[in-house]
Amino acid sequence: MTEYVLEFEKPIVELEKRIKGMKELSENESVELSEEIERLEEKVSKLRDEIFSKLTRWQRVHLARHPQRPYTRDYIERMTDTFFEIHGDRAFGDDPAIVGGIARIGGRKVVIIGQQKGRTTKQKLHRNFGMMHPEGYRKALRIMNLAAKFNRPIISLIDTPGAFPGIGAEERGQAAAIARNLLEMSQLPVPIVVAVIGEGASGGALGIGVGDRILMLENTWYSVISPEGCAAILWHDSTKAEQAAEALKLTAPDLLELGVIDKVVKEPNGGAHRNYDEAAKLLRESIEAELTELEKLSPEQLVDARIEKYTNMGFYEE
Amino acid sequence: MDWFKRAKEGLKPQKKKEIPDLWVKCDGCSEIIYKPELEKNFYVCTNCQFHFRIKSSDYVKHLLDDNKFEEFNTHISSVDFLKFKGKKKYSDQIKDYEKKTGSHDAVRTGLGKIHGNSVVFSIMDFKFIGGSMGSVVGEKLARAIKQAIARKLPLIIISASGGARMMESVLSLMQMAKTSALLAKLSNAGLLYISILTDPTTGGVTASYAMLGDIILAEPGALIGFAGPRVIKQTIGQDLPDGFQRSEFQLKHGFLDAVISRDEMKATLKEILEFATDTEITDSENGELPAENVEDIKGTPEVKAGTVDDEAAKN
Ligand SMILES: [Zn+2]
Repeated sequence: MTEYVLEFEKPIVELEKRIKGMKELSENESVELSEEIERLEEKVSKLRDEIFSKLTRWQRVHLARHPQRPYTRDYIERMTDTFFEIHGDRAFGDDPAIVGGIARIGGRKVVIIGQQKGRTTKQKLHRNFGMMHPEGYRKALRIMNLAAKFNRPIISLIDTPGAFPGIGAEERGQAAAIARNLLEMSQLPVPIVVAVIGEGASGGALGIGVGDRILMLENTWYSVISPEGCAAILWHDSTKAEQAAEALKLTAPDLLELGVIDKVVKEPNGGAHRNYDEAAKLLRESIEAELTELEKLSPEQLVDARIEKYTNMGFYEE
Repeated sequence: MDWFKRAKEGLKPQKKKEIPDLWVKCDGCSEIIYKPELEKNFYVCTNCQFHFRIKSSDYVKHLLDDNKFEEFNTHISSVDFLKFKGKKKYSDQIKDYEKKTGSHDAVRTGLGKIHGNSVVFSIMDFKFIGGSMGSVVGEKLARAIKQAIARKLPLIIISASGGARMMESVLSLMQMAKTSALLAKLSNAGLLYISILTDPTTGGVTASYAMLGDIILAEPGALIGFAGPRVIKQTIGQDLPDGFQRSEFQLKHGFLDAVISRDEMKATLKEILEFATDTEITDSENGELPAENVEDIKGTPEVKAGTVDDEAAKN
């Protein structure tokens, strides 16, 4: 995997490279550089904090789309003790843009679903860039119903640039499939924890995103439309996406403030892509903490609270 | 003299506006049609059956008995909580549309009767920011659904929308979950929901309440879909087949129960409503709410009492 570095990451990455070089030098040539290394490490940590404390919304969108960002399967691999993937919607086909299965996390038996992006060109095409078709939403619902049947909690990971806009998707009822999931997910008698791990675009994200607790990783976005789509509509110019990102207020801290999500999950220093293990550990801890709370509720309480949660969403004047 | 005449006219500028433009060109067949005739025919072209887009008040007039619509929550209006600014400020846009359309947002909800059958009736207005769904549309529909549950009445929603309202960002997205969750409650209460799709119904509205009816009807030729045709065309880089995403296409693919022309809509609704109810309504009962419902109306204080809208008041 060739390294991909965002513009604002460059000073950090350059410093890190220098430190790495010095470390190699001191090991191989037995040159005493520990003081200098320590000084640079302090410097890089300070620089990282400085850059990451002032990220713009647009920079966070870039981090959410970072080619090296961990995807659903990267998290599943690291968060679960066992995972058995299941396939198909039993009606039309299997949608590789979403993975799902039964898993164990610690002492818990759970189901996990999540949109899956591809890393290589071939994988990207296979996963359709994480853009689901109707059969994907139906597969997700089938897996969630399995969880309900056996009283297991549901973990849903969101990472999609949107539901796929294509002829087949429309013919097979993209809208109807998403609508059905919204209705059914509001009724499932088991805990549902949703986490946005990358991109959360529109109905395509929400179609697997109704839950009791909604988490967002620090450097992710969630909105009714992508910044590019918004810019195209507002200014007929998709290059104004940076402005659109600001207008849409689409970051995790924004959504926490708006009361749409329940928690922002911390990412490792420099973003999730810098340390998959740490990112997965932090996410797993957050999910487990939420599940522990939710498991105290009866199925009726759970569903009532969930409907109440969504009923209260919206700002208006009366 | 010309000047004098104009100045005189200027004193009564409203007079000029009252002269109606009597002819209109059909978007379906390009025929020039006499407007009063078109109006008589429910704004359906007599030549090609093209269904013109109509206002919410036209649906009230056309579908509800005696043009009577007891409207709920007429004073909920949108707020610009994100300070959203595109070409215009959202706050200004709201004001402009309120002035232009005379209504507060893109949906009206209330009580009415269809051939004597009481229903909670909701109509979207495409003229209000493209019928887009923001917090107000979500909240008004949520309350209408609650009213239907409290009064044990069927629910009808006529959709016309370009989708979720961008200027409310993620909150407009959440209205999809909100309305869908409440529709689950309605369904659990054993109540009927008829969804009627008109031109156009796309995006977040289609992907939530519009596609969740026990019965889903559409007017002929309406654009119905999730993604807009332009976006699809751009994504796949090829032309779209004829009739793609139109009502007849959706019927063929199994997402509609029937395509119903405007002149048959009321009779169709009567059939469906009466299928779902055990009490037979006789003509003598027409015009009065069944007694148990009247009690329910008084007994639901959590929802603001409906007000009679302008058109109904004139009647
Ligand atoms: Zn015509």
